[in-house]
Amino acid sequence: MERLNQALYSAFEQDARVHLIGEDLLDPYGGAFKVSKGLSSAYPERVLTSPVSEAAISGVAGGMALRGLLPVVEIMFGDFSTLIADQVINSLTKFRAMYNGAVDVPVVIRAPMGGRRGYGPTHSQTLEKLFLGVPGLRVLAPNTLSDPGQLLLDAILRDPGPVFFVENKLLYLKEVLGQEALAEYQVEQNTPTDSYAATTRLQIQGAPKPTLTLVAYGYMAELAREAQQRLAFEHEIFCELVAPSQLAPFGADGALDPLLLASIQRTRHLLTIEEGSYSLGWGAEVAARAAQALGPALQAVQRVAAAEAPIPASVPLERANLPGVDDIVAAARKMV
Amino acid sequence: MSADYYRQMARIRRFEETVLEQFSSGLFYGTTHTYIGQEANAVGVLSHLAEGDIVFSNHRCHGHFIAYGGDLRALFAELMGKPSGVVGGIGGSQHIHWRDFYSNGVLGSTAPVATGAALAEKVQGSGKLAVIFLGDGALGEGVLYESLNIAALWQAPILFVLEDNRIAQTTPIELNLAGDIAARFAAFGIPVAELDSSDLTEIADAAAPLFGELRSGGGPQALVLHTARFGPHSKGDDTRDEAAVARLRAERDPLTIHAATLDEAERLGIEAEVADEVAAAFAQAQADPEHQP
Repeated sequence: MERLNQALYSAFEQDARVHLIGEDLLDPYGGAFKVSKGLSSAYPERVLTSPVSEAAISGVAGGMALRGLLPVVEIMFGDFSTLIADQVINSLTKFRAMYNGAVDVPVVIRAPMGGRRGYGPTHSQTLEKLFLGVPGLRVLAPNTLSDPGQLLLDAILRDPGPVFFVENKLLYLKEVLGQEALAEYQVEQNTPTDSYAATTRLQIQGAPKPTLTLVAYGYMAELAREAQQRLAFEHEIFCELVAPSQLAPFGADGALDPLLLASIQRTRHLLTIEEGSYSLGWGAEVAARAAQALGPALQAVQRVAAAEAPIPASVPLERANLPGVDDIVAAARKMV
Repeated sequence: MSADYYRQMARIRRFEETVLEQFSSGLFYGTTHTYIGQEANAVGVLSHLAEGDIVFSNHRCHGHFIAYGGDLRALFAELMGKPSGVVGGIGGSQHIHWRDFYSNGVLGSTAPVATGAALAEKVQGSGKLAVIFLGDGALGEGVLYESLNIAALWQAPILFVLEDNRIAQTTPIELNLAGDIAARFAAFGIPVAELDSSDLTEIADAAAPLFGELRSGGGPQALVLHTARFGPHSKGDDTRDEAAVARLRAERDPLTIHAATLDEAERLGIEAEVADEVAAAFAQAQADPEHQP
């Protein structure tokens, strides 16, 4: 969370065009999840605490962006991103194309997603899959394996937009893993470009040749890392973990992430892991592209995702609904 | 000025008539929403526009675009889906952008965007304002009311022009709208002027003080224009009683009304020139090359 908060400060400091719009942003509250804390005191003119009007604030940001500002929108709970769908799909992502490339729409919409806090059916969802595949929309989701602050800062200051920036609520409590924490891994990272964000690949140092690729984003990358450890030390199943921070679009030519592709080519087994509900999700698209890229060389694919039912508020029931480390371990053990 | 206003209205009328006449020839793609009968609204309101002011329009945008100063050939070419169109044939009839003019075809969706655009001008101290045209049909969309609230709260320099032609596609306003239109703006503390007229001079006069307020730093203003749509919603979908539409044409034609301020020879001269101008623009657009994907 500090990284995201610092990134907002940096963006405000570096460029006077940056504005933040959202509900309950003013100090001392500083937004429902405190990512915006302090900003309204430091930049009172540029932090606009808004009415409870998600559709309008996303559209207002679009208008500001058309006319030269760099607005960031905070949606209080990602569940409410359903309310911004028309503005995102029929306005913000359309303008550049339908106005024949004459405009940019540099808007970043930040949305906290995810469950495991007992908030119940309409405050716990992982809904970004509804926005994947919208032409012209970049969907980013930070994880603990690369710098979330840099990801956000680049989205605000460098991206012609629009960007949907997915922040898992539990990641707010996690530290970004430094060199020390990652010392036991062989780490590979891509070089992010303006059109493709950071991806990290982890493999346990000194382990035998991995036979399975785990791919996960956001908080699920954290759970997948735990699963990777347990699979290695309890079951002698060795995995590569690939954690992209860009969910859409796929690479410039529509290809799979190069680190992911190389990993699947080595292991020939792919397990996709996401917190969204099972059907028609991100994992399905990754699996389809893996199958297209590898053909018969791809030996097995499975998916771990949330149940296809509203997320209960009761924590034991919620735990059963959402994918956890045990689910990843169980799915992996069936594959190799 | 009077003759110039007449010329602008005649240009819109002749453009839209040409679109309707030629649609069956298969030269245009998609659909169209003609502005015939409402010309005085666009020309009257936009007569107060200054360089750099922003205009947001809706699906029925041809009249607004032409009154803004948009090129007839480029608009014909846009409807024909050609590279020489306003936005290269990508947007088509409802989705165009040129200079500070923007349109989008989802009713009411432009309200927050226009409000944000106006706020950006305020933040940057440009002194520019935004004008947004909405129809009575858009009053059914919730995001409009969110936008009125924000525009008023944050004092956006924007003029909401509500063109009430009393019919949304084929549904008469009695079946679409409860309550009062002007009261909707008033409820948000937005000053509102209301007029039931097809007289360009009256419309321009009603808009003048609202622009004055905005230029002197005032917040949002609203202008409710009760008007008459003579043509179908798009092409062949007019389900209204023909006699009622004929009566509207006889009683509320903005060109006939404004013609009273001109002498006959001048009016005929303008009409002939406009007919030639529109015909030439159409012919040029027709001769423009097609996309070769």
